[in-house]
Amino acid sequence: MRTTRILALAAVGVLGGALAACGGDKADDTAAGAAGGPITVKASDTACEVARNQTDAGTSVFTVTNGGNKVTEFYVYAPGDRVMGEVENIAPGLTRELHVELPAGSYETACKPGMIGKGIRAALTVSGSAAPLTDDAKLADATASYSRYVRSQTAALLPRTEEFVAAVKAGEVDKAKALFPVTRTYWERIEPVAEIFGDLDPKIDGREEVIEEGMEFTGFHRLEKDLWAAKPDVSQDGPIADQLLADVKEIVAKANAEKLSPLQLANGAKALLDEVATGKITGEEDRYSHTDLWDFNANIEGSKAAIASLRPVLEERDPALVKTLDAEFANVDTTLAKYRDGDGWKLHNTLSEADLKGLSDAINALAEPISKVAAVVSKK
Amino acid sequence: MSDSIVSRRRAIALAGVGVAGVAGAAAVGGALVKGASAEEPHPVEGAVGFTGEHQAGIVTPAQDRLHFVAFDVITKDRERLVGMLKDWTTAAARMTAGRDAGEIGAVGGIPEAPPDDTGEALGLPPSALTITVGFGPTLFRDATGKDRFGIAARRPEALADLPHFAGDRLDEAISGGDLCVQACANDPQVAVHAIRNLARIGMGVVSVRWSQLGFGRTSSTSTTQATPRNLFGFKDGTSNLKLEETELLREHLWVQPGDGPEWMTGGSYLVSRKIRMIVETWDRSSLAEQEMIVGRRKGSGAPLGKTGEFEEPDLDARGADGEPVLAVNSHVRLAHPNTNGGARLLRRGYNFVDGSDGLGRLDAGLFFVAYQRDPRKQFVPIQRSLSRSDEMNEYLKPVSQALFACPPGVTGPVDFWGRALFS
Repeated sequence: MRTTRILALAAVGVLGGALAACGGDKADDTAAGAAGGPITVKASDTACEVARNQTDAGTSVFTVTNGGNKVTEFYVYAPGDRVMGEVENIAPGLTRELHVELPAGSYETACKPGMIGKGIRAALTVSGSAAPLTDDAKLADATASYSRYVRSQTAALLPRTEEFVAAVKAGEVDKAKALFPVTRTYWERIEPVAEIFGDLDPKIDGREEVIEEGMEFTGFHRLEKDLWAAKPDVSQDGPIADQLLADVKEIVAKANAEKLSPLQLANGAKALLDEVATGKITGEEDRYSHTDLWDFNANIEGSKAAIASLRPVLEERDPALVKTLDAEFANVDTTLAKYRDGDGWKLHNTLSEADLKGLSDAINALAEPISKVAAVVSKK
Repeated sequence: MSDSIVSRRRAIALAGVGVAGVAGAAAVGGALVKGASAEEPHPVEGAVGFTGEHQAGIVTPAQDRLHFVAFDVITKDRERLVGMLKDWTTAAARMTAGRDAGEIGAVGGIPEAPPDDTGEALGLPPSALTITVGFGPTLFRDATGKDRFGIAARRPEALADLPHFAGDRLDEAISGGDLCVQACANDPQVAVHAIRNLARIGMGVVSVRWSQLGFGRTSSTSTTQATPRNLFGFKDGTSNLKLEETELLREHLWVQPGDGPEWMTGGSYLVSRKIRMIVETWDRSSLAEQEMIVGRRKGSGAPLGKTGEFEEPDLDARGADGEPVLAVNSHVRLAHPNTNGGARLLRRGYNFVDGSDGLGRLDAGLFFVAYQRDPRKQFVPIQRSLSRSDEMNEYLKPVSQALFACPPGVTGPVDFWGRALFS
C-alpha cells in the first residue's frame, strides 16, 4: 500500500508522461530484412542455437522454437543484463517471435530452459551507426526498455494464470500447487507496477489479514490457503478462481498501457527489495505453501530489470553506484543460489534462522545503494 | 542544510525561518563555528568531546542510558571494512556533537532521496552521547583460524578468548562479535539514534549480531557521581575505578606502551556479560541474607562492619561469634582486589529489563561492562573467584559474554577508528 502512494506521487514527477516510448515492439521489417531476415533460434533443455551471432542495427526478429521438454524463455541482453527484449513462456513444441530494436553494440542472447538461472548465453554483435543518445533520450529509452519488460511479463502472466485457474476449477490440486509459484513469478517481478492500481492489488495478492471488513479474502493467497490445507478442497473456489483471472486480465491491460517515469522505475526497484525485506524473508507472503523464495527471486529479477533499464543514465551520472549495484546484485544471487532446488527453490520453512539472516544481510546491502538511485535519476 | 555545524536543536529552532535564515544567522551571528567531520573546533554545550588520547565513553562520567551492539563483519573486503570505519568515525564525531549523522541531514536533502540521518534525534541536545568502538577476537581470526583481513599477527595476546566460567550457559547468538559499539547518553533516544545510524551506514559490511538496551547505570565512573543501584536494590560500583584516579587508571585501565602491539596503546579491553537476575526469588530473601550475600548494607552501601559507603571493607574482621563479618562467599569479598592479586576494573554496567518472560517473571538483570588493561590479569581471575563461590550465583544466570579491544582515541580529522591497526 505504501508503494502505491510513492508511485502515485512519482507519477506527477518531472519526467512523468512527457516522454514518448521509443523502440518497443513495433516491427520494422525493412531493417530486419536488410539484416538478413529473421534469426532462428533452436532452443532445447540443454542448448540454445542462435543462427547468427552478428546483425545490423535496427529491428531484429528472432524466431524461437522450443524443441525441449521444459518451458523456456529467450532474452536479448545489453551489458549489465539490461533486457532489450524477451519472450517468456515458450512451451515445448511452440515457436514464438521476438522483435527487438538494437542499436550498434555488444549483446548477449540467452535461452532459459525451465525459466531459471542465467540461461544459456551467446554473444551477439550489432553493427551499424547510431547517434549516441542524449541524456533525455537515455531516460526515455529507460522507460521504453522497462515498458518492454513489463509487457513481456504480463504476456506470460496471463496464460499462466489461465492455466492455474483452470487447474483449480478442475480440482487438479497437485497441478495447481505446481503452477502456483510459477504463475506468481510473473506477478512478483512487476508488482510495484501492479500496485499502482490500488484496489486490484489486494484483490489479487492480498493476505488474509489485510482484508478489511466487508471485503472478501480472494486472489492467489485465498487459493493457496485452500490448496495447501491439510485436506485440500477447492470445490467451492470456482468463483474465486474466475475473479482472480478477471482481475489479472484487468491489471495486465492497465499495466501494458501505463507509462512509467524514470523515477517510478527507481522507486519500483527499491519497492521490490522492500517487499523481500518485509514479506519474503519472514515467510509471511506464502505462509501456506512456503514458496516464498520463488517470489523472493522474482522480486530481485524485477528490481534488476528496472535498474538495468536505467543503466545507461546511471553509468553516465554515477558510475561508482552502478559498480556497487552490480556487486550487490551478484551477492544476492550467490546467496540465494544456495537454496535452489532443481528448477525451483527450497521451501521457506526449511531454511534456518542463520540462512534467513544471511539473505537479509544481502538484501540490506543491496537496498541501501538502490535507495540512492532515485536521487541520481531525478537530478538534472 | 549541507555540512553546517548547526546542532540538531539549533537547526530546528532556525528551521522556521528557512534555509536562507540559517545561512544568514550563521553569517551574522558568527557564533556558529564551521568545521568538518572529526574536527572539534569548539565544545558544544552538553556534548562530550569526541577526539583525544583515549576513546570517550570509558572514563566519561557514566551516562544514564546505554545501547550496545555487536556486529559480525560480512564482507571479505578489507578496503570496505576500513572505509566503513572511516565513515563511522565521521558520523560519530557529528552525532556526539549533536549533529545529524550525515552531511545532508534528516530534512536537508532533495525530496527524492532518503535522508542520510534517520531523524529521531532532531531537536534533542547532544545528551552527553559517547560512542565507543571495539574489535573482537574473531575480527583477527575466524572460527576456522583464517586470517580474515591480514591483521591476525596484530592480535594482542591480551585479547585471548575468555575461558569457560562455572555456571555459565551462554547463548552464542548473543555472545561475541567482530566489532562492538557502545553508545551511552542521558537520553535513550539519542543513544538508539547513534546505533541505528551506524548500523545503517554499515549495511553490506557488517550485520548486527546482537544488541542490548540499558536503562539505568549501575556504576559511577567519577567521584562527582552518586552511586546508583542495581536491580537487587543495592548500590553498585562503590569501589569502582574513577576518572579522577589518574595513577590507578594508568595501572589498571589503559594499555601502556610495551604491553602488546603498539596500535592498542592508550586503548582498553572491554568485557561484557549479560546477567539475568532472578529478582522474584531475590525479593523473597530476608534483608539480612541479602546483605550477607552482597557484603554491604542495603541502605547506606557501607561494607558490613563499617558505617560509611566509601569505607574500605575489612576482610579480616570477625564478629563476636568468631565468624568473618564479611562472609567467605560474599560478593564484596570475592570481588575485592585483595582477593584477586590487586586486580581492579572500571565497571560501566547498566540495568536492563527486556519485558517479561513466558512465566511472567521480569526478564531483567545487569548488562555488565568492564574496561581494563589486561583481561587475563583482571576480569578473568575476578570472575573465576566469583563464579566458583559467590552466594549471589543462586540468583544469577549469565546468558551472554563478549570481549573487545577498544583502540585509543581518534586524534584529529584524518584519524579514524582502527587506523593504526589497519595501516
